[in-house]
Amino acid sequence: MFQLKIIVCIKQVPATSSVEIDPTTGVLKREGVESKMNPYDLYALETALRLKEKTEGSITTVTMGPPQAQSVIEESFILGADQGYLFSDRKFAGSDVLATAYTLSQGIGLLGEFDLIVCGKQTTDGDTAQVGPELAEFLGIPHVTWVREITEVTADKIVVKQDLGNSYAILELPYPSLLTVEKDIFQPRLPSYRRKLLTAGQQVKVFTFSDFIDHNEQKYGLNGSATQVERIFPPLTKQDQTCWEEPAPVVAEKIYELIKDRNFI
Amino acid sequence: MPYKKITTDDLEFLKKITAPDRIYTGREINDDFTHDEMTEYGKFSPEVVVEALTNHEISSLMRYAYEHNIPVTPRGSGTGLCGGAVALYGGILLSVAKMNKILEIDEDNLTVTVEPGVLLMELAKAVAEKELFYPPDPGEKTATIGGNVMTNAGGMRAVKYGVTRDYVRGMEVVLPDGEMLAIGGKVAKNSSGYSVKDLFIGSEGTLGIVTKLVLKLLPLPKKTISLLAPFPTLNDCIDTVPVLFKSKLIPTAVEFMEKEVIAAAEEYLGKAFPDKSADSYLLLTFDGNATAEVEKASDRAAGVLLQAGAIDVLIADTEERLETIWTARGAFLEAIKSSTSQMDECDVVAPLNRVGEYIKYVKQLEAQEQIRIESFGHAGDGNIHIYLCKDALSDEDWQVKRDTIMQALYEKAVAFGGQVSGEHGIGHAKRAYLAESIGNRGMELNKAIKKAFDPKLILNPGKVCY
Repeated sequence: MFQLKIIVCIKQVPATSSVEIDPTTGVLKREGVESKMNPYDLYALETALRLKEKTEGSITTVTMGPPQAQSVIEESFILGADQGYLFSDRKFAGSDVLATAYTLSQGIGLLGEFDLIVCGKQTTDGDTAQVGPELAEFLGIPHVTWVREITEVTADKIVVKQDLGNSYAILELPYPSLLTVEKDIFQPRLPSYRRKLLTAGQQVKVFTFSDFIDHNEQKYGLNGSATQVERIFPPLTKQDQTCWEEPAPVVAEKIYELIKDRNFI
Repeated sequence: MPYKKITTDDLEFLKKITAPDRIYTGREINDDFTHDEMTEYGKFSPEVVVEALTNHEISSLMRYAYEHNIPVTPRGSGTGLCGGAVALYGGILLSVAKMNKILEIDEDNLTVTVEPGVLLMELAKAVAEKELFYPPDPGEKTATIGGNVMTNAGGMRAVKYGVTRDYVRGMEVVLPDGEMLAIGGKVAKNSSGYSVKDLFIGSEGTLGIVTKLVLKLLPLPKKTISLLAPFPTLNDCIDTVPVLFKSKLIPTAVEFMEKEVIAAAEEYLGKAFPDKSADSYLLLTFDGNATAEVEKASDRAAGVLLQAGAIDVLIADTEERLETIWTARGAFLEAIKSSTSQMDECDVVAPLNRVGEYIKYVKQLEAQEQIRIESFGHAGDGNIHIYLCKDALSDEDWQVKRDTIMQALYEKAVAFGGQVSGEHGIGHAKRAYLAESIGNRGMELNKAIKKAFDPKLILNPGKVCY
């Protein structure tokens, strides 16, 4: 039996969908807002847990964030992760996807050898879906996004099914490599109270800027961000309603014509 | 009962007081209007369906029906489970489904004023937008609030918050003779004479037609945590409920469910349930305004559950996690329905400390009668939903077994100090069981009340006690 060494990237996000943005910095306001693990990351962690069960491997979770982000690592212990790291420093504040991916790559670089990194598809607060692929680029490892299914896992490769919308691609990756997984790849388990008792007090290891190898401050936080948020707003939604009160066959015909006109079919 | 049949003159009158496009007769009447959720209790065609929009329309209609001795059956969404909103004697089926406006959310008095056709899910959503909370939470979210009040619907949160009755402050009704009456109001207390309001609640549309409701609201709890506790056997699961209450915990909900029902819900929804390791589950919810307080309560409950023999306790503390469990729970009835050819249901309520014994009795009946019986329900308030499934039984066998088992189930509930219906009502399907359980004097009192409101027995005849 081979043992897969897996790293899972997770992020703490606001627990509600109504988040406030600082109008001057364009950064999420996190103070006083309940937080939770990014729901998409639960699928990444569940994927890792299934692989761990299959291969008797181990799982390390990592996150970048303020000190309170430690709680998502603790939650990962309850769900079954073996160890976890928080990359936290004031210098990391205000990171966009590029700076986040770079920070993660620096932190992961300190963890020694690994076989696989699993990320969620995207986050519910940023929604960019870019951190996973950018992290793979910084680490110089292959990656596949939109993974819907793990079809095979052996000592020297992992075969995955990539969801391309209208079609699938079956792809084979060597180790080390990175996957971002789709929602519903597996049903995420719920945290267990027994494990909560067992893992209470398990230490979350913290890396700060000074622990990293690259000390070029221009690559971290707001300084290292290639993008700046000007404004965040929910997209406009439109609710046009048409009511047809005619015999069912007539209405059915009309519905068919409408969805055909709009190119839904 | 010799009721007058509908004539063209009657139809002309109905068109005049409402509108021609809100009157349906003959083939225009949708089949849905001939039954509720339980088609097993028969189909009954009204002679005319009228969709009302105002209390004045209803008042004119009732005055006319009263004078001419025409039976009137009021109806909301038709999601009832005992044939309460079907026109047993033909006549007029009066739909209030289009009276569906939320008239006012009063943040000073913490009340909401609604028309009876507002759907439960719309009400919950509208008040939640103002961080307010209408606690009653029956599984059927597409039911109308009028129907909920008329059956005194209960739901999942009854353990902590009570039932629909506890949230009705006032109402406007049209009496069978067409007179309009306002009862109660926005007041929180009321000791002014007999509580006529409480007679209307749970009266299943037999005493009057509700045209407006004033409901009490609470501040919306900010944090909710559910605990899903797997148990090796159903007995272990049910026997834990009294232990929970002895520990002085105050959960919002305590539900029990078995793996067969969960599997049916998974299939029905096409969605996986987060755990499949056990035979039976208890599902608890805690809510409140302070996260730390809710977490403390749920942790204490988790400890009690483990000590009582739970295999583990799984924690649902986010919107997504709560949804995976509660969506399944909400689909149980429909899932069982779609898993069999026909079913019959029983909604008894027993004292909390007899629930375990009662469920064991149901299991015994299932084995003895060789029929599939699924059950789930509100273990925390003693209200159990039991479903007899016909599956491959012949019509004859089904009839015999169903009658024997139903009789036995109701007898046992009464013997345990329980009641015929916890929240679904009596309708026409459970009248005989009600009569048996409350006895002659009880039925006489019920009939006297009915007659005081409706001496000509034209409003929803054939239901509850007449």
